[in-house]
Amino acid sequence: MSKLLMFEKPVGMRDTLPHIYETKRKVKEAAEGAMRSWGYRFIETPALEYYETVGDASAILDRQLFKLLDQQGNTLVLRPDMTAPIARVAASKLLKERVPLRLAYSASVYRAQQREGGRAAEFEQIGVEMIGDETMSADAEVIALLVSVMKETGLEKFQLSLGHIRFTDELFRQILGTEERAEQLRRFLYEKNYVGYREHVKNLPLSSIDKQRLLQFLNLSGGMDCLDEAAKLIEGSAGAEALDELRMVFGRLQEYGVDEYVTFDLPLVSHMSYYTGLVFEVYADGVGAPIGNGGRYDDLLGKFGHPAGATGFGLRVDFLLEAIGQLEDEAGIHCVLFSNDRRVEAIEEAQKRRAAGECVLLQDVAGVKDVDSFTESCKSVTFFVGKSSGGNV
Amino acid sequence: MSMLTIAMPKGRIFEEAAALMQEAGYKLPPDLDESRKLIIEVPEENMRFFLAKPMDVATYVEHGVADVGIAGKDVLLEEERDVYELLDLKISPCYLAVAGLPDTTLNEVAPKIATKYPTVASAYFREKGEQVEIIKLNGSIELAPLIGLSDRIVDIVSTGRTLRENGLVEYETIVGITSRLIVNPVSYRIKNKEISNLVNRLTDTIEEKAVR
Repeated sequence: MSKLLMFEKPVGMRDTLPHIYETKRKVKEAAEGAMRSWGYRFIETPALEYYETVGDASAILDRQLFKLLDQQGNTLVLRPDMTAPIARVAASKLLKERVPLRLAYSASVYRAQQREGGRAAEFEQIGVEMIGDETMSADAEVIALLVSVMKETGLEKFQLSLGHIRFTDELFRQILGTEERAEQLRRFLYEKNYVGYREHVKNLPLSSIDKQRLLQFLNLSGGMDCLDEAAKLIEGSAGAEALDELRMVFGRLQEYGVDEYVTFDLPLVSHMSYYTGLVFEVYADGVGAPIGNGGRYDDLLGKFGHPAGATGFGLRVDFLLEAIGQLEDEAGIHCVLFSNDRRVEAIEEAQKRRAAGECVLLQDVAGVKDVDSFTESCKSVTFFVGKSSGGNV
Repeated sequence: MSMLTIAMPKGRIFEEAAALMQEAGYKLPPDLDESRKLIIEVPEENMRFFLAKPMDVATYVEHGVADVGIAGKDVLLEEERDVYELLDLKISPCYLAVAGLPDTTLNEVAPKIATKYPTVASAYFREKGEQVEIIKLNGSIELAPLIGLSDRIVDIVSTGRTLRENGLVEYETIVGITSRLIVNPVSYRIKNKEISNLVNRLTDTIEEKAVR
């Protein structure tokens, strides 16, 4: 590698300049406000965790982890998500308090980019985890909160796709018999390779009816009627139960008045093994990847020694900003320019305005090379220069 | 109905892809290929087309600047992009193969493989348990064994003519290739109606062609 130039930074690392920072702050405040108003309490966890604990339990692929060694030679990871660290804290401490736990976070997470730029390797995620409540009410609350958060940030056009991993698992297990074969097929869905899925199904030693069932499954998306179609494909109680859960959650979402944002998407497989029930992703026009996702992960807490059901979602702040589009103008800063003789007057003026809630910068005119270009970005200026009394410009 | 942006591959696949779209009843401008414009709108179809290097189509679709694209399976295997592979268009059939000079064996110490497809080639040889060194080239791959750069090449073969003309022979077939309809994961949801419509029309056309 050639010598690094002083402005360079690692692939996927980004700076946040003032005007973007302002926009981001507002979006985050809106989102955090919504979460807080639903009774969720914010927590922070360290950026570094052990690879063997949080790194291993996390839903993020191993090759996406930033790894490093500590002084004792333990492998550490920069947290790739917040769900696993929160599960660690909940299992070891908080679950002894009041259960169910409603926790929220707003933090940077780190995922290595091995290919190219255009994708952030460090980005902020904002989300919630509801731990210790296994009812459908918890799933519905989390989704309703997600919709509420999206609306609070000012986003109007977005859509949430809802699937159920137990339906997929049960259908595959029924038709294919073994977990190994089911996993093969699930991988096609995970990789979004519908062509490969169809080819694979065609070549399986199955009856034409069973093949048809597997092919039909790919079309199960849309409104409530797709759940009726789904019911025809599956036998037995486990699959029907999953469909009932979807119906029930949809009913609750109607009660929350947010069902218009939700469509079903049964072939949705957002992870190979992490989720255990309802899964969802949220999309907005103009952003090429899901803004956020979530679902039920009842097996994670057990890995930290305290089994408990849990559900939650995480939103990517950078994608949220991209979806909202407009950036804030430079924050309205008032400028007080003074020459040395009138410093006291200027300080008084600045303090008066600050006390009234204004953002005021105080600048010695001797320190400015080009007054016009300096004051250009300010919403207004007061001069305390020369002998006469100050005036607004 | 919102507008669909479609990334079309330049060159070999383009004509067959455009023909398929026309057979499916889409009114594409006849000079799409020769036009100097990079982006062409077809308002009556509510579509917008642009031409891209075949290798880049999946990149445009992954980033969401194109909702839909037509890309060879070779590109999808090599690039591993996060896109939906919805439909096998069954056009531009060919395959990826290992080729080299006749009656030669791999160098035992460090067999070299020249290819435009380093990801596919290295995965293939790794699965076979063979340790090879991959050399990435951007074109005229056949040259590599002739001039002594590599023992073997991994490349696309459609008729085998180019290989024969250069005195090369095929050793192994890796995988069959056709063009695929790929879709951005967000567009797949947000523009579901438009995309389902496109998929249905193309599916019908492909099935009709298969019967013929």
